[in-house]
Amino acid sequence: MLILAIDTSTSAITVALHDDTRVLAAASHIDPRAHTEWVSPLIASCLASASLSPADLTAVAVGNGPGPFTGLRVGIVTGLTMGHALGVPVHGICSLDVLAAQAAPTVRDGELLVATDARRKEVYWSRYAVRSGHVERLTFPAVERPADLTDDVRALPTVGRGPVLWPELFPDPVPVLDVDAAVLARLAVERARDGEEMPVEPLYLRRPDALTTAERAAR
Amino acid sequence: MSDQPLVLGIETSCDETGVGIVRGETLLVDAVASSVDDHARFGGVVPEVASRAHLEEMVPTIERACREAGVALKDLDAISVTSGPGLAGSLMVGVASAKALALSLGIPLYGVNHLASHVAVDIVEHGPLPEPTLALLVSGGHSSLLLVPDVTNDIRSLGSTIDDAAGEAFDKVARVLGLPFPGGPHIDREARGGQVTIDFPRGLTTGRDMERHRFDFSFSGLKTSVSRWVQAREAAGEPVPVADVAASFQEAVVDVLTRKAVLACKEHGAQHLQIGGGVAANSRLREMAQSRCDAAGIELRVPRPGLCTDNGAMVAALGTQMVLKGREASRLDLPADSSMPVTQVQS
Ligand SMILES: [Zn+2]
Repeated sequence: MLILAIDTSTSAITVALHDDTRVLAAASHIDPRAHTEWVSPLIASCLASASLSPADLTAVAVGNGPGPFTGLRVGIVTGLTMGHALGVPVHGICSLDVLAAQAAPTVRDGELLVATDARRKEVYWSRYAVRSGHVERLTFPAVERPADLTDDVRALPTVGRGPVLWPELFPDPVPVLDVDAAVLARLAVERARDGEEMPVEPLYLRRPDALTTAERAAR
Repeated sequence: MSDQPLVLGIETSCDETGVGIVRGETLLVDAVASSVDDHARFGGVVPEVASRAHLEEMVPTIERACREAGVALKDLDAISVTSGPGLAGSLMVGVASAKALALSLGIPLYGVNHLASHVAVDIVEHGPLPEPTLALLVSGGHSSLLLVPDVTNDIRSLGSTIDDAAGEAFDKVARVLGLPFPGGPHIDREARGGQVTIDFPRGLTTGRDMERHRFDFSFSGLKTSVSRWVQAREAAGEPVPVADVAASFQEAVVDVLTRKAVLACKEHGAQHLQIGGGVAANSRLREMAQSRCDAAGIELRVPRPGLCTDNGAMVAALGTQMVLKGREASRLDLPADSSMPVTQVQS
């Protein structure tokens, strides 16, 4: 088994190769405005460094987001197209789950919050419970202004760029900022083993920013 | 025949997800998924709606194109994709998908200019492009007069719109007349039942303008003039003769486009005029271009309407030419360039 993981939901363009037991190669580049440029070259360099070719892949996993739309789509369409071209399945995983899994080793048993940059002064967020390294999501991902989250939620150890942008609102930052595809790959391997469904579906959480002619007329 | 390059082209610069496959100069398939119905509710193209539709339609459209052409992806020699100009978020979906195909299949990738593709598409319709060709590209996004000595690496801009695109003017006037989006086909249909009774202004066609903006266009004054005319009628409590207004407006647009295009042919020694873009489907434009070209001894080439609007076939047609002319492939880190200049054929 050889799985290619891709995530473009955060400021990192991140890809990794996983063979079911370990990470064979991983590469990330931080640039929130250059997902289109970087994702395919990073995949090519990971494959080259592991002396593998695209035809060796047996599955692809992508981060479903939530994340800024334009960048998010780049990773998803790359994964979907490669899966189609190579005739292998494509799985989708909530990117906030990946961040929570990345942070799990650094927090003791308890809850944590993932809050990432949703632009427009908002965060994408979700709450998680961590028990002996196992991470469970407690709430469906949502998008909100950080000040609109309750105090007890914001007080949780917080993963993602939310605390970088609003340090006064998130008092307990965890130094995990962007998605790491190596962890995304591991989650995909685990979920596949557990027989979980992993549909690919971009988590936009916002409707397109436009009014229909009927809505405009009603104003 | 089978030694001719087999190229798959992807187009996502606006609201059409297009995938075409060309072998040499033969079009095998032109698969298009349009999100125009999604945009009609908004009265215009909404970039985010278009981008979401591209993501949903991208792989299914590739799949459909291959199935209908009886081509397996592994048989392809190259991938080409519109890398600009266009809506940034829309372009990125196609560019990322094209890179993923090229990477997966281990074949070259060509990121090409959308406008150059509009010119190249005529190769699969009417054979090799005469050199130079003069191209008039008119749509909701562009209004350009181009001199094309070599579609793969030498395109010169003679002029373009200084305000609204021609197709945009059709959409705006349609709205004034209470006709649905997209306006072009509706105005065309209305105009057929009307008379040219109103003398609307022809932008940038007189005196100083012909010196400074010889081959440029301007349609925003025309649009304003139509809307003032209609408002005056309404204010006077008189009925608006929709068909006559449509015919008169259309006549003004078409008159300027064809007059400047034929003049450009004469001044730049082009024996051929090609018209492309969605507005090329306009029946009056085709008619007037034909009669003016005939009078000037110029050969008019207009691809069929389906190849004039945005599609993947045009991108595949240009990609095939890039391969045949031995142009170097694009790099895998090529960007989507929403404001790619028309003079840059490849990125
Ligand atoms: Zn176009």
